[in-house]
Amino acid sequence: MKLTDEEDAMRAGELGPAAQWAIEHQIKVGEYLGAVDMVPVTQAHIMADTESLGVSGVEWLERMAGLPIAQLQVRIPTITDPRGTDFAAAHRLKQQPWMLDLERRAIAAFEALGVLMTNTCINYQTIMPPVLGEHVAYGDTGVVIYSNSVCGARSNFEGGPSALSAGLTGRTPRYGYHLDERRAATLVIDVGFTPRALDEWGALGGIVGRLAGDYWQVPALVGIDRVPSSDEMKHFGAALASYGSVALFHMIGITPEAQRIADVVNPGETLPTHEIGEADIRAFQTSCAREIDAVDVVVFSAPQLSLVEMRQLAGLLDGRHASIPLLAVTSPQVKPDADRMGLTARIEAAGGMVLSGMCFYQSYAREMAEANGWKRLATNSAKLVNILGGYGYKPALLSMEACIEAACAGGRIGQ
Amino acid sequence: MSATVFYATAGMGRKVMGQALVAKDGFSARYDLDRRRGVFVRPEHKLAGESYVGRVLVLDAAKGGVATAWMLHEMTARGIVPAALVLNAVNPIMVQGAALADFTMISGFDVDVTRAIPNGATVEVDPTGERPFIRIV
Repeated sequence: MKLTDEEDAMRAGELGPAAQWAIEHQIKVGEYLGAVDMVPVTQAHIMADTESLGVSGVEWLERMAGLPIAQLQVRIPTITDPRGTDFAAAHRLKQQPWMLDLERRAIAAFEALGVLMTNTCINYQTIMPPVLGEHVAYGDTGVVIYSNSVCGARSNFEGGPSALSAGLTGRTPRYGYHLDERRAATLVIDVGFTPRALDEWGALGGIVGRLAGDYWQVPALVGIDRVPSSDEMKHFGAALASYGSVALFHMIGITPEAQRIADVVNPGETLPTHEIGEADIRAFQTSCAREIDAVDVVVFSAPQLSLVEMRQLAGLLDGRHASIPLLAVTSPQVKPDADRMGLTARIEAAGGMVLSGMCFYQSYAREMAEANGWKRLATNSAKLVNILGGYGYKPALLSMEACIEAACAGGRIGQ
Repeated sequence: MSATVFYATAGMGRKVMGQALVAKDGFSARYDLDRRRGVFVRPEHKLAGESYVGRVLVLDAAKGGVATAWMLHEMTARGIVPAALVLNAVNPIMVQGAALADFTMISGFDVDVTRAIPNGATVEVDPTGERPFIRIV
């Protein structure tokens, strides 16, 4: 790779061992993926829950955090994805002390590195949304796909080590979605039914993700008959990224790089085209019910809930009582507003539990299932459904309303 | 005589030999594995129930989220880990994870590698030269 004088200095260790490790990691990744050089980035976002890190990952972070302070601080605003717990509620989730100890150690290490502990996967709704053309280094697939597609920013999926590297060097290898030519559409999705509920947007994302199939595919959607809300884009993108490992989509006439289809399809090129209608959405929802007629727990998470979703949830729960556990997971930025506006109190008065700064699947989901006897789970997040099968759950994809009905009917679905 | 060597477009890590575990399916450490026991557990995965420990995994494409970037390092530290990953298509996460863990991985073939390598075959994976390859021994 072609390096600048400053990057050569980092590689030579002149900016300390943290920057030296980071630039070496970036060169290794960049060379594998065909990057010619580095591109400066303005923000980094690190996914680093301790279930993923493990003890070895936390020890690795602590070794870096033990360097002299002048040699270890991040050079650009660097923020974090959800943690593996909400310390205030860990005992109610039956999380173990060793999990909390590991979380505290990881947090201390990140703070020593100068990382801002935002603990959110909806930073594009709450912290600082990137702008059109801004190069960033984001982790969390939902964050990347929203930022690329809805904001028009430029990021690849940056896993924790690479996002941290970007924080330490202020740059990232220039490959993938930093390049104009990678942002063209590779398949067209003709949508005959514009979803209404959030779980339907997730279902559409799941279907498109399966059709797209891998990271290098860029779907262009035609036929969406209104401008989706931020929460609708959030659920669609999160599911598309989860099912397809996709990092960028276009909605013709809606997203900023695709006002016309000609903006994202090269002249003379004929792309594979797929039609998706309401029957496909319904079939997807049915396939995500896994033949269960009752659930043990209801979870709203993945992505964390916006203030608008918290308000909707509180409204649906007013005057009701959840007779099985109902978890609503939001960000540390939304939670104080939800507290101040009485939304938290309304959800908890109905038997719900409001959690902040974590995400269900990033919080030792397998251990929580074993400790709490949770096996069958209802959610309105298609992303969560896609992930939890691997953690031993039998998840069902339902609307927010149907999830609440189930929670208030002892877990029975469709009562 | 059918080919026994298949060249990849990219590779990293060291040369390894092992028994291939092959499927036309994806790979994600978070979505597909019980990392404590070292087995595929996602019910829909074609290798559900199979142990991956010490095997050369030959699969189609990297899937899922960003967690694999840390998890390969964590799996390697505990020694409950595949010997190597051989993929038709990678995503950046798999590359980043392999780079952190110093893990052997090659990807990008002019054939479908999941059809080219028989399940259970003994294979050598060599990412160290100009042209990384997998060879049926």
